[in-house]
This record gives sequence, C-alpha cells and structure tokens, in this order.
Amino acid sequence: MSEFLQAVLDFRFMQYALGACLLASVGCGTIGAYVVIKRISFVAGGIAHTVLAGLGIAYFLGAVPLHGAVIAALAAAVLIGWIKLRWRQEEDVLIAATWSVGMAVGILFIARSPGYTVDLTSYLFGNILLVSGSDLVLMVVLDALIVSVVLLFHRQFLATAFDEEFARLRGVNVEFFYIFLLCIVALTVVLLIQIVGLILVMALLVLPAAAAGQFVTSVTRMMLLAVAMSALVTTAGLATSFAADLPAGATMVVAAGVLYAAALIMRRRNTA
Amino acid sequence: MSAVADVVLFDQVSFAYDGGNVIEDVTFTVAAGEFFGLIGPNAAGKSTLLKLMLGLLEPKRGRVQILGCEPRIGRRRVGYVPQFPTFARNFPINVLQMVLQGRLGLGRTAGGFSAEDRTRAAKALRAVEIEQLGGTPIGELSGGQLQRALIARALVCDPELLILDEPTANVDVRAEEDIFALLRGHSERMTIIVVSHDIAFISGYVDRVGCLNRTLVCHATGEITGRTIEELYGAPVRRILHSH
Repeated sequence: MSEFLQAVLDFRFMQYALGACLLASVGCGTIGAYVVIKRISFVAGGIAHTVLAGLGIAYFLGAVPLHGAVIAALAAAVLIGWIKLRWRQEEDVLIAATWSVGMAVGILFIARSPGYTVDLTSYLFGNILLVSGSDLVLMVVLDALIVSVVLLFHRQFLATAFDEEFARLRGVNVEFFYIFLLCIVALTVVLLIQIVGLILVMALLVLPAAAAGQFVTSVTRMMLLAVAMSALVTTAGLATSFAADLPAGATMVVAAGVLYAAALIMRRRNTA
Repeated sequence: MSAVADVVLFDQVSFAYDGGNVIEDVTFTVAAGEFFGLIGPNAAGKSTLLKLMLGLLEPKRGRVQILGCEPRIGRRRVGYVPQFPTFARNFPINVLQMVLQGRLGLGRTAGGFSAEDRTRAAKALRAVEIEQLGGTPIGELSGGQLQRALIARALVCDPELLILDEPTANVDVRAEEDIFALLRGHSERMTIIVVSHDIAFISGYVDRVGCLNRTLVCHATGEITGRTIEELYGAPVRRILHSH
C-alpha cells in the first residue's frame, strides 16, 4: 500500500490514473443508480460495445479516437431508444444487434486503417496508465455535464424510472427522457472506457450502484453511496494491480464484484 | 360545445386492441361533483375505458373529453390511482418522495421540488391520514397504507377529477371501508370516478353507477336498477343498495 502511495507521489502517470479513477466514479455512481433502478444495464452494455465502431472509424479517418467514441455512444443510445419506442421492437434483440454489429464495424475499420496496426486491447480492456492530461480534462467536462443534467432533471428521470404511466399522466415526456437518459448513459460509458475498457464498462456502471442499493431507501443516497463505492473499488483495484502487476481494469472489476457480493450477503444477514 | 358541467364525456366511443371491440359505442357523461361508480365483471373493458379517459389510448371511433378538453390536455387536472402499481415494491423511494411525483407538471420543469410542493405533499398525506409515514420506504407499507399513499399522490395536484381503478383490490375489507369513507369525504370537493367489480359494496357509497360488460354498455344516466345490472351481467348478482 505504501508503495502505491509513494508511486502516486512520485509519478505523474500514477497521479493521472488516480485522478481518472475518481473522476470516473462521479459519473458512474450517479448514472449507475439510474441504470440499476431503470433496469437498463444491458442497454448500457450494448452502447459500450458499439463504441468500438466509433473508435474504429475515427482511427480510419485519422481523427481523435475518443471523439469517435462519444459520437458512436450517442448514436447507439438514440438508435436503441428510438427503435424501441417507435418500432416497438424487443429491447434484447436490439441490444444484441447493436452490440455485435457495432463491434464488427469497429474491427473492420481498424483492419483497413492505414499505417501501424492499432492495439485493440487498450480499448477493449482499458489502459489507465496511459491516461493523459487532456483525457482528464475531457473527463471533467463529461462529469460536469452529467452532474448538471442530474441536478436539473432528476425528478423526471426518477418519475420515469419509478412509474412510467403515472409520469406520462403528469405531463412528463417519458419517451424524450428515456432517450435523454440513454444519451447520458452513453457519455458515462465513454468516461469509463478510459478506465476499464469497453468490455468491462458494464461492471463499473452497475455493480457499485447495485451494491449501494442494498443499503439505502432513496435514489439520491444511492447515487452518493455509489460514487463513494466506485471511488473505493477503482482506487483499491488500481493499488492492487500496481502491487501485484496485474491489469488495472480487470482488477477493478473483480473488486467491484467482491463489493457487490459482500453487499448482497450483508443485506441478507440483516433481513434474515 | 359541451357544457362545462360535464367532467367526462364519451360520445359513441369504440375501441379495439388487435381483436374485436373491447369497448363498443359507449356514450355517457359524468357531471361535476358526482361520485360515479364504474362496474362490470373481469375483462369487461373497465381499465380500457379509464385509459381512453386518460388519453393513454385513442378511441377507434367516437369522441372523449375530460374537463372540457382532449384527454391529453385535461389529464393534467386529473388525479389517477392505478389498479396494479407498475413499480417494484423494493424501489428505493419513500412515501413522501412518491407523493411528490404527483406535483410534476406543475411549476418549473428543471430543478427540484419547491417548498410549495412539499407543503402540498404533507397536506395530501394528512388528507389520507398517513402523515406519520412520509419517511417510510414504500416497500415497508401494508396494502392499505400503500393504497392511501397512492391516493395522496393523486390528490397532491389538487385535481378536479379523481379516477381510481379498483382502489381496494389488494386490501382487506376493513381497509376497503376506510378508503371508501375517505373518498366519500373528498367527493364533496371534486368529481370522483371509481372502478370496481364489487357492485354491492360500492353502490353504498357512490351517487351513480355505470355498468360495462365487454361490448355492451349500460347508459349510466342515473336510472340503473338492480334488474338492469342483472341483465347486463347475465347472471344473478347481489342486490344493489342505492343510497339515494
């Protein structure tokens, strides 16, 4: 542990890595709570995997990969939400389609990209030690956007997640807020891809919030506790991976899984 | 131009899902201040009729108005208590937060609930006599308490029309009587439409009964007798007691 602290003090890349963990926790805790209560974890997973298409196309065109990621994530969110609402298609099939086709498109574009072959693994599994100063700036911007949207429209998101029919009767445009929420989830996915990679995003989005949900009776508290829990598992994962020389993203996800399992067991003991 | 006194107006309304008509040629009105009971056997189309009233479904034929406007417009001034709450009972929310959702659509769109909203919510909880339960998670409520909380959520927007779909389906007889007594009290200040399958029970409380059975509709104009309802049901039913 002290080695980890020393490394954070000594090395710029470790400071950036820790900063990225904490910044990602803000977004993933707050939006993770919505994902859990609205039961859209697999929509979030579908959006995350579609991001590879955006990364691939950006590479092919020589653009900034993360910009491609933002566009692909938003496009996937609108596509899934819109087709589900307008064409009344089954959500699981839509998710399977965007999930797999999105990844395939990404792989095709990367294969045809000129120049050196891109190392896919850092996008698939994340590479937190490569986080740059400009990445951190983007993360701050995304966090600010996510938190402002939550502060402004929490009532609508909550009402839509809780009782859609009643929300509609009260004049809430539930279709709009569903797609809006998916877009915010998409931005959160991009925020997290830096940390754990697109394959493992779902774990960080869902597990801390689901663990927090075992202990609280209000969504606001669920968000705050989920932010704290994400900060805990990402930091603990980073420290462990540093000490044991393991991949950081995977270690964090295992830490999140342990936290969730512990929360479930504690909850069962308390209610039994 | 329909008279303002008609809170609900159905004019030759038919509605079908994929198959045959669920609602056929329904014409009736509910006047301001009425306590109106809508009855009929299971699968008679009662919930469908309410959804038409609330603008959640569009009629295939005919015209529906509530409070003098299209349902989609008028429903803002309606309080609604659903039959089966569609939310999960373990949803992390307490009674006060749930009741506050009835204030959506009033006041500003962005930001949190105002002090006014909170005052009204506290008042609504008092009106259904569960003011002590504001901080209780909804998962810990009994059936009767949850029903009262749902009525509070419907009352908190100060509705001109209160619509309840089988409000006592999930509560015991004692709670059922309490809830109807409560509604009777409120019926002096607003129009109330309550759906029930229990004719004998609700006819002791409501002013007027409309009877619906699949495609056939009783024109509930105040002359409902026990015999009419027996004809509609096509089976013996308990006697209807009319309090008026």
